[in-house]
Amino acid sequence: MAKLQKDDLEGIIQRHRGSSRDWIAVGMGSCGLAAGADAVYRALEDGARERGLEIDVRRTGCLGACHAEPLVEVQVEGVPKTLYGHVSAEWVDLILDSHVQLKRVVSRLAVPEIAERLTTCNDREQPEPGRQYKIVTRNCGAIDPESLEEYIASGGYQALRRCLSELTPDQVIAEVERSGLRGRGGAGFPTGVKWRLTREAQGAEKFVVCNGDEGDPGAYMDRSVLEGDPFSVIEGMTIAAYAIGASEGFLYIRAEYPLAVARIESAIRSAKLAGLLGKNILGSDFSLNLEVRLGAGAFVCGEETALIASIEGKRGTPRPRPPYPSVSGLWGGPTCINNVETLANLPPILSKGAEWFRSIGTEKSPGTKVFALTGKVRRPGLVEIPMGTPLRTVVEEIGGGPLPGRKIKAVQTGGPSGGVIPANLLDTPVTYEDLAALGSMMGSGGMIVMDDQDSIVDITRFYLGFCVEESCGKCAPCRIGGRQMLTILERLSEGRGTPEDLEQLRQISKTMQAASLCGLGKSAPNPVLSTLRYFPEEYERAIAPAKANA
Amino acid sequence: MAEKDLSADVALAVRKWQKKRGALIMILHEIQGRLGYVPREIALELSKQMNVPLARIYEVLTFYNFFELEPPAKYVISGCMGTACYLKGTPGILQEFGRLLGIEVGQTTPDGRFSLTTVRCVGCCGQAPVVLINGEVHSKVSPQDVPHLLAQCKD
Amino acid sequence: MARTAARTVRAKLNGIEVVVPEGTTILEAAEKVHLKIPTLCKHPDLPPTAACGICIVRVKGTNQMPRACCTPLEEGMEIQTHEPEIVEIRRKVLELILSKHPNECLTCGRNGTCELQRLASDFGIRQQSLPSIVPDLPKDESTRTIVLEPRKCITCGRCLTVCQELQNVWALSFLERGIDTRMAPAGDILLADSPCISCGQCSAHCPTGAIFEYDETERAWELLRDPELHCVVQIAPAVRVAIGEAFGYPPGTNLTGKLYAALRYMGFDTVFDTNFGADVTIMEEGTEFVKRFQDNQGELPLITSCCPAWVDFMEKYHSDMIDHFSTTKSPHEIVGVLTKTYYCERKGLDPAKVRVVSIMPCTAKKYEIQRSDDMFASGYQDVDLSLTTRELARMIKQAGIDFSSLPEGECDPMLGLYTGAGTIFGTSGGVLEAALRTAHKLLTGEEFDALEFQPARGLDGVKEGKLTILGREVRVGVAHGMGHVEDVLDRVRAAKENGDEPAYHMIEVMACPGGCIGGGGQPYGITDALRLQRAKGLYTDDREREFRRSHENPYVQALYSSFLGNPLSEKAHRLLHNSYKPKPTYRR
Repeated sequence: MAKLQKDDLEGIIQRHRGSSRDWIAVGMGSCGLAAGADAVYRALEDGARERGLEIDVRRTGCLGACHAEPLVEVQVEGVPKTLYGHVSAEWVDLILDSHVQLKRVVSRLAVPEIAERLTTCNDREQPEPGRQYKIVTRNCGAIDPESLEEYIASGGYQALRRCLSELTPDQVIAEVERSGLRGRGGAGFPTGVKWRLTREAQGAEKFVVCNGDEGDPGAYMDRSVLEGDPFSVIEGMTIAAYAIGASEGFLYIRAEYPLAVARIESAIRSAKLAGLLGKNILGSDFSLNLEVRLGAGAFVCGEETALIASIEGKRGTPRPRPPYPSVSGLWGGPTCINNVETLANLPPILSKGAEWFRSIGTEKSPGTKVFALTGKVRRPGLVEIPMGTPLRTVVEEIGGGPLPGRKIKAVQTGGPSGGVIPANLLDTPVTYEDLAALGSMMGSGGMIVMDDQDSIVDITRFYLGFCVEESCGKCAPCRIGGRQMLTILERLSEGRGTPEDLEQLRQISKTMQAASLCGLGKSAPNPVLSTLRYFPEEYERAIAPAKANA
Repeated sequence: MAEKDLSADVALAVRKWQKKRGALIMILHEIQGRLGYVPREIALELSKQMNVPLARIYEVLTFYNFFELEPPAKYVISGCMGTACYLKGTPGILQEFGRLLGIEVGQTTPDGRFSLTTVRCVGCCGQAPVVLINGEVHSKVSPQDVPHLLAQCKD
Repeated sequence: MARTAARTVRAKLNGIEVVVPEGTTILEAAEKVHLKIPTLCKHPDLPPTAACGICIVRVKGTNQMPRACCTPLEEGMEIQTHEPEIVEIRRKVLELILSKHPNECLTCGRNGTCELQRLASDFGIRQQSLPSIVPDLPKDESTRTIVLEPRKCITCGRCLTVCQELQNVWALSFLERGIDTRMAPAGDILLADSPCISCGQCSAHCPTGAIFEYDETERAWELLRDPELHCVVQIAPAVRVAIGEAFGYPPGTNLTGKLYAALRYMGFDTVFDTNFGADVTIMEEGTEFVKRFQDNQGELPLITSCCPAWVDFMEKYHSDMIDHFSTTKSPHEIVGVLTKTYYCERKGLDPAKVRVVSIMPCTAKKYEIQRSDDMFASGYQDVDLSLTTRELARMIKQAGIDFSSLPEGECDPMLGLYTGAGTIFGTSGGVLEAALRTAHKLLTGEEFDALEFQPARGLDGVKEGKLTILGREVRVGVAHGMGHVEDVLDRVRAAKENGDEPAYHMIEVMACPGGCIGGGGQPYGITDALRLQRAKGLYTDDREREFRRSHENPYVQALYSSFLGNPLSEKAHRLLHNSYKPKPTYRR
């Protein structure tokens, strides 16, 4: 693609509208590939060719219904668009023969319970109650993530065009502030405010950074977006860079996500060729260079100052704040670090407008949130819902409820920094404030469902073990406090607890919350405190009987 | 390893990244990508070519889980210890692998063919539990699948 | 941290109003109103690492508990420093740290001076409610100058700040992470195989016994107890103005006389003074300078070589500078070799039965005395043992000497009487000043009237000056702290490459910030204020000397006229000079 000018975008959209061919889309995110989507894809390609069918067999990103991978969506004229799940190479013939050629849906393979519970902001301006509403994941599963053309055809880069040709950086910031967008990495800090602080900071060099470290175990929202819609992240970063005045940016992606890295690198190359990165973007005088930097297996590097240290080629240990990264970050320059999901929200916000975004979700938490709903639930996968949706809707309606014969005990949110919501509180709306009030937090989006067969003490030990393993070791409260708490949890999960253990847990928790240098240490006690609050009986049972009766 | 090859390997990686700031971790990724680990001789050579103290290189190598200082086994088996995989049974799968191979997690078989490790969340939680063998992802694994997976690791 | 005196900040600490320059940390502001916030990993001489979490305070009415050591005070801030809840949390942090620390105070070298011990005492720790999780890590005595005991390390990070950022040596590092984090030499090798130059700054800043000088006091007692041996001792200039800190004297108090007396009480048969050796160094080095500057024989700039840590650093990192180095040995080595030759001849002593002990502010001297064959020029090991100021303080206490009540003593003047030029060797810039005093005389025949050469004084990392001798501009430079030397050397190299006049004609380099008075073996608690106080003690000593120029020292004159001949004579070369060779940075 030759270097695009801002007026070229419309032409691409028109060109795509004009061509309408039947297509088959195969979900080729990491989940899909793990389940064998590659074989399905090749079988469909071969099968379509052998039958001489005029149909596009396309690769797309992750549609989100990960429990039903491999997923195949078929759009053939005269037949309703159908989503098939658990597709294996053996079923490919059936799909090609029945659905494509005979125009008859293969009902036993179809998974309508997924398709009927979701809409995207490309199709509708407003969400529908009880359904997923996809803003961030709008393109995942719908477009070929490696095709810049398809991204533009589905409305991509309209936002950047508007920013570069119609808005000043301050106006862009004002719009993001008006939208009320809050950082989706977990802290929920107002994005517009962060941008404004970085813009106002003094420094010859400013940087934008995409935090793609996604270290929470059990969370993979960012992975899906990076794999399934890389251009939206890049467009978001470009808008951010324009707003704060940066000409250099980094995407810090964890090394455990090789496909995401490959997709982003490919997208950067395509964008550069098309004049959407590099010098004079879209013919304006704004220039930006982006580079990928790999993580190397350190959860703490999801913390902003540790991330900065890692990009600088050092041990990923946090620094005291102030100064905050927006004032002094990478190599001392003002740096704006945004989460992947936050960035993917920006193109829709800047093209549909701040007021539209504000109309979704709640007043204090506008917009949507992507969750990785996993664990003991019938339909685990990625779920994007408007803020304020009750937890019950997510778990029972969209997620399908508990596994056969089991009962939900609790839902864990916020990963190793979060807490549990017991089953009797499932009507809680999902917002930053409501979850925090219960002693949990939104976090990056991990949502783990636990049922009556899961041990609360054991999952707490698991999370604490994670924090101990991932602690950077710099500050004593986290390094030693975490380890001492883990020793106690290990004894408790073996039923060898002592009555003093619970008080010791509380004291160390308080110390870690107050005196740790960064969020990892400060929030590592959260699972402990939360489970002590809602499931004290499980802890009591873990105290050795002899000692309990002493 | 011949002196010339050593220098050349390192020089290649260094040349690619030398104009970029903070490139140490990326260079170490390149080296490990090629050799499977970061040998001491390479670290010393890197220290010279990048003019970075050896202390800094080992500080970084030992901080980040990803980097290996020892040559890898022929087949590296990693059980995913993300929350979903943990709940869905990775510990049991690892136990089974360990039983059949005669090693514990973190160890390598004496003949150097298999090593057993954990990895923290590769993001395939919808397909939990997940096991990686030399980076290839196997999904919805159960302990019964273990013998079959091991059999697939042919020399 | 740069402070703009222009803007101030008004805030409250425990309800007390305080007005401070913008950028002042909460900790510093607290000191101004006599509030002592406890700290552990923070050293007054170093920037904060923010590691331990002991210094947390509360922003009144909130949940924020920032670290006082690194958080700047902001306008209108109200800080609580000692509410019971805060103290509880601090105590718990301390308990956590203690649970990972071996309980071996009674047999540890830092017993009585350990900062962790003091904190535990201040906090009234009476029990350990947490299981002990001390790692099993080996001791490293490989350098025989500094001993590493990582088991005792509380990972405060001070040694790293010093070794990596200040000294630019990068011998020490933190390996692994989390609970397994440990202090270890670069790449997990032995310290002796690492770039370590034995400057000892790590040991001078370490809060616990994790990094400690290689204690040779037992060996010293053995020597003193042996009736067959004639024990000779010498004291470095920097020792006399710092030893008092171990006995309650203000820093910088010149206790030369009491030291002489104490050493004799301890059983030394002869008491010399390293300052005499410094005067001889100036005679030799001054003459070297004349040869290079006037006769064009040899490289300019002449770089001083009396600091063994600097010599080691140069051999490892900057061996291209070897030809610039003065070949003159360091003052105490000079006293050592002259003791076993000149002194023994005069007194009819058998050098095989003579032992020379140096009291130095320096840990690197322990390495220097066996550095090469040159250190055996007398036919025996010229200096047998080098002890640090800290070791001497312990020995004085072990000997049961009531230091402060000692009468003034005398040294043996043959290798003991010194001039002002000799005594200022102990502070950064002093060697240069002393050299100029004599070089001027050698070059022009006239005395240098700028006895106190101000450009060489002070704590700036790099100091420069100019003077005119015989119509020629002489450019001189002083660098202290190894982190400052690279720039200076690069300028020298650049001038050479471009074929220009040398950037400097003479450079003095000291490895330790402040020079020897800030040495790695000096009493704990070094700060810039302390450096200035100790330096002042030496400058005052200089003013009070009868002779202030090395060439005026009558005993030095006697030494040359009756034994050595002239400076750089064949005998002087054989005994008082040494050579250098490049060394690998990593021996493994």
